Amino acid sequence: MSDLSFDKKTERKPEEFTNNEYDAGFVTDIETDTLPPGLNEDVIRHISAKKDEPEWLLNWRLEAFRHWQTMTEPHWAHVDYKQIDYQAISYYSAPKSQEDGPKSLDEIDPKLLETYDKLGIPLREQEFLAGVAVDAVFDSVSVATTFKGKLKDAGVIFCPISEAVRDYPELVQQYLGTVVPTGDNFYAALNSAVFTDGSFVYIPKGVRCPMELSTYFRINALNTGQFERTLIIADEGAYVSYLEGCTAPQRDENQLHAAVVELVLLDDAQIKYATVQNWYPGDENGVGGIYNFVTKRADCRGQRSKVSWTQVETGSAITWKYPSCVLRGDDSVGEFYSVALTKMRQEADTGTKMIHIGKNTKSTIVSKGIAAGHGQQAYRGLVRIGKNADGARNFTQCDSLLIGDTCGAHTFPYVEVKNPTATMEHEATTSKIGEDQLFYCRQRGISEEDAVNMIVNGFCKDVFNELPMEFAVEANRLMEVSLEGAVG
Amino acid sequence: MLKVKNLHASVDGKKILKGINLEIGAGEVHAIMGPNGSGKSTLSNIIAGRDGYEVTAGSISYKGKDLLAMEPEERAWEGVFLAFQYPVEIAGVNNTYMLKAGVNAKRKHQGEQELDAIDFMQLVKEKAKMVELDQSFLSRGVNEGFSGGEKKRNEIFQMAVLEPSLALLDETDSGLDIDALRIVANGVNKLRREERSIVMVTHYQRLLDYIEPDFVHVLADGKILKSGDKSLALELESRGYDWVKEEEADRIKAA
Repeated sequence: MSDLSFDKKTERKPEEFTNNEYDAGFVTDIETDTLPPGLNEDVIRHISAKKDEPEWLLNWRLEAFRHWQTMTEPHWAHVDYKQIDYQAISYYSAPKSQEDGPKSLDEIDPKLLETYDKLGIPLREQEFLAGVAVDAVFDSVSVATTFKGKLKDAGVIFCPISEAVRDYPELVQQYLGTVVPTGDNFYAALNSAVFTDGSFVYIPKGVRCPMELSTYFRINALNTGQFERTLIIADEGAYVSYLEGCTAPQRDENQLHAAVVELVLLDDAQIKYATVQNWYPGDENGVGGIYNFVTKRADCRGQRSKVSWTQVETGSAITWKYPSCVLRGDDSVGEFYSVALTKMRQEADTGTKMIHIGKNTKSTIVSKGIAAGHGQQAYRGLVRIGKNADGARNFTQCDSLLIGDTCGAHTFPYVEVKNPTATMEHEATTSKIGEDQLFYCRQRGISEEDAVNMIVNGFCKDVFNELPMEFAVEANRLMEVSLEGAVG
Repeated sequence: MLKVKNLHASVDGKKILKGINLEIGAGEVHAIMGPNGSGKSTLSNIIAGRDGYEVTAGSISYKGKDLLAMEPEERAWEGVFLAFQYPVEIAGVNNTYMLKAGVNAKRKHQGEQELDAIDFMQLVKEKAKMVELDQSFLSRGVNEGFSGGEKKRNEIFQMAVLEPSLALLDETDSGLDIDALRIVANGVNKLRREERSIVMVTHYQRLLDYIEPDFVHVLADGKILKSGDKSLALELESRGYDWVKEEEADRIKAA
């Protein structure tokens, strides 16, 4: 009797589709102006001088640095990584040809533009076709800001933060560090001391920003940390939708990314902030990859203001990130929609904080975690209802999807309610991509790989629906790229 | 169309099928009946290519090809369709979207042009009418929140759209009330074609009142013990399965 295995070809497991090669793992060969590794007050003075900063900002940085020195790295997150040597990092790197600053796209190093082309964000194309203004941050200096003119007509300021420091010092000084104070946490303090660039947006009273604003970050130089700082202010009745996308080249060393994003919302203002994060995740053995330790916070100072964070986190070796909403104004609304995918040896500890201070404040949390390979995934969320927050409401839903049986998903919800009129709802599920679901799709003629993608995308749908149209397509594609293997 | 020869199969080391021989010609409708745990669903799952079954002996040829060497999706492209006993829910995946992916994968395999969204919508609307499936089901998640009857109707709807050469209906009648049964059976009858073979796996004669089979087989203890025409089903309905088993026991004794 011959021993026939029933189906010899179906030995691949779905998790194998997830170990795809990193698409954006190329290094751009450009001469850079880089500081030697190490961090001390001289380095900070050097950064500040390079950027021709006013005295107050240098002092602000130094104060943050002194505070940082008294702090210890937090280790409460459900992630595991080697000790970071902060003295081994170079804190400033700028493409050399950018010393004088580009006036238009034509002045930009063609190699740099090529890099963006490889990343699928041809600036020109976006300029002409998509109507998206892109502030591209390459290592530490913003190299191209498109659409400035059109935005200027609308009264919108959208520029590198270093330029804003020069051109709009009162606005920067008024708001910088008021949402995330310099001493807020270890990484925020470090960022405050050494931040090199980032975006600045100001939407004046009653203005609806005429286009989606977008920033692409990319860490290129070896051993540089990227510490960008973004500050967005939506004045009374203003509206803006903002998207950041991130990639980094493939390297064996771990690179640190400690950004701070501050959003300020006055009465009736609305900000939609979307992130598509595709930093290099390291290889399947956990070598290399970005440490993504980011502080993002929105301060709904005004009444009836509304902020929404949407994030698609598919990259980085370690992600430590909790975009938060401080709902200070009465009737203000905070939303958090998240898709996080960890595969290979990636770890993510992510979630949000909803701080209800004003009356009738509302918050919604929808978190979708997908773990594959040896990926580890934690949702960590805090909902705090203050004692004056009459009629506050929160709805939380966090779902986890496991692909294969070597990954893990964890949920850490924290709830603090100090007002008896609050309404809280919490739903959580954990599911596995069932063999049954896969077989069902395959029986209908869909390949296993496409079936996994389809099921994962279906799982993420609630969040993708929150992304701006053109980026929803991008997110879909990104998940496919992330999940597709080299099979076939 | 389909030739099953001396098929032996086990699950987790437990022998379920112990030498199935079955031949199904083009355009024929076969009913496979039998008591619980006799291996009926195992047989249809193996034909469709579900994981978790070990074929220890025998062969299945389909349109002259070695079916067991093919991936489940390849079998689907070649026209094998399984109406599931328990159709699964896939949250967030649009019913029509999934079906379109399946249809176009099949068309691509056959060297035909893929259908665009407009042509496809026209096709599914037509087919949905055939199985009296409300159009609102088209835009819902795959089986998401469907009732038992709706799920089964959705299966027949998918069969109508995918136009298989060999359709396996695994207990499509279970869990249906009499009205739903009639709708589903009418749908299947409308899908009967000269070139299309249908295999119904069922416990009950009831379904066969609506879909008349050309052949009826009794599957018990992993073997086909008796085959006949539709009158066999009526006999089973009145006498149960035990007499078939007893006949088999007598036959073995005599041999």
